[in-house]
Amino acid sequence: MDFPSGLLALPGRTFLHFLVYLGQITALMHELLIAFRSGAWRLKLVAQQIVAIGYGSQAVVIVTGAFTGAVFTFQSYAKFKEFGFETTVGAVVSVALCRELGPVLAGLMVAGRVGAAMAADIGTMKVTEQVDALRVMGVHPVDFLVLPRFLAMMISMPFLVAESISFGLFASYLVTSFGYDMPSAWYLTHMLDHTNMEDLSIGMIKGFVFGMLITLISCHQGLAAENGAVGVGLGTTRAVVISSLVLLIVNFFLSILLNYIFPIGTV
Amino acid sequence: MAESITRTTHAPAAGNSSPHAFIELKNVSKRFGSQQVLLNINLTIQHGETLCFIGPSGEGKTVTLKHIIGLIKPDSGEVFVDGVQVNRLKEREMAPIRKKVSMLFQGAALFDNLTVEQNVAFPLLEHGVRDRAEIDRRVREALQAVDLDEHRNKFPTALSGGMRKRTGIARAIIDHSECILYDEPNSGLDPIGSDVIDQMILRMQRRFNITSIIVTHDMRSVFKIANRVAMLYRGEIRFLGTPTELRESTDQVVQDFINGHSDITG
Repeated sequence: MDFPSGLLALPGRTFLHFLVYLGQITALMHELLIAFRSGAWRLKLVAQQIVAIGYGSQAVVIVTGAFTGAVFTFQSYAKFKEFGFETTVGAVVSVALCRELGPVLAGLMVAGRVGAAMAADIGTMKVTEQVDALRVMGVHPVDFLVLPRFLAMMISMPFLVAESISFGLFASYLVTSFGYDMPSAWYLTHMLDHTNMEDLSIGMIKGFVFGMLITLISCHQGLAAENGAVGVGLGTTRAVVISSLVLLIVNFFLSILLNYIFPIGTV
Repeated sequence: MAESITRTTHAPAAGNSSPHAFIELKNVSKRFGSQQVLLNINLTIQHGETLCFIGPSGEGKTVTLKHIIGLIKPDSGEVFVDGVQVNRLKEREMAPIRKKVSMLFQGAALFDNLTVEQNVAFPLLEHGVRDRAEIDRRVREALQAVDLDEHRNKFPTALSGGMRKRTGIARAIIDHSECILYDEPNSGLDPIGSDVIDQMILRMQRRFNITSIIVTHDMRSVFKIANRVAMLYRGEIRFLGTPTELRESTDQVVQDFINGHSDITG
């Protein structure tokens, strides 16, 4: 494709690159839909990917969620105490973890760990002609490489988000109960009174959406890899960077949309 | 079109293809950026024929193979395989053609996470063969044909270059393809290993009447296995004929190439 030159070359080129990228992602989604509707889901590969994505990401997601919950509680407790609101820490931390921190941090961790692995695995297959070998054997690369990862991510991501939230709350509870000697009943009562299914639903929906985005972006980078090891490295870096940025941007708009559907503070 | 794609006989489809041609390239041109790789290539390959592509590196030999199997689409021109115009097919419509034509890649392109046995069985499983005994039998036959039966449980990283290529050949022949495209099957092999591959290609051709198209730089192999030779030079077919005609060619470019004189690219 020929890109413009001159004064507006840079913004023009960037915009055209963006359009080309969107087109490629849309084409990948289209192929993914065809693969999904074909019913050939390769469940053995899906199970293998669930182990790699879901089971393998638990430690990083749990540690991230737990320490975020702990430090959030530690910081907010001190400030809330100035106003005499320290008993509400449980409620604030719980809603924040369910609606924002749990899914976003789990998403970022998964983008780093799983997105990079997806781009590197598929990218290596691409540059070593293994993807072409699949095509030569009549196997569409999206059917074999992308769909199993996509399905595994859809299944794994809500569980990972739930783990992130659960361990964040548990760590928060430990900090308030053992670090500040706040009666656990206060913490639990406020937390349960102010956290509802809508808050949890938002976390799960976000996890689901983030999982889709990470898989699409990372697999696309893998399938687009060229120029040997350098290309694979570049694709892997791009997969993590683009996934993380898109995740944060989409989270903002998703928060507005979901807050409209499930307003905060309603039961 | 769908009917012609699913045909299983060797008879050409009605229409544009020549009567006995298995593969036909008509005015095929391909450009990558500023480089014109192929320019109006016309070539017909008969069923059961062994044709070797020779020529300097970067002159479009592998690109031509990839056109035949639909991995690359031409900028202009037409590519027919067994009567079906493949350059008009979408990726998902290529599957029936790719059951007839398989390819050995230069680096063999074996799946790193699968053993030799699993690599060879892969096309069968993907093409719906579910009978375990049938799969075992055909894998054993294919591996015996390439003298690799005792290495069936090894992973590709544990194989030598020659063994990897032989595994690639076993994978290419297991589904009884009518045509195999070989991309530099002898490169990186010692003379004995190279001869083993040549003998194997000849055996396939004699036993199964397989159409073979081979990209190679090994002139000994060319004179040993080819029925015809095509030399690609500067995007065009510079020479097309039998190995004997190649040896006797008066074209200086051809003679320089087969005798290894470096001024061919000057």
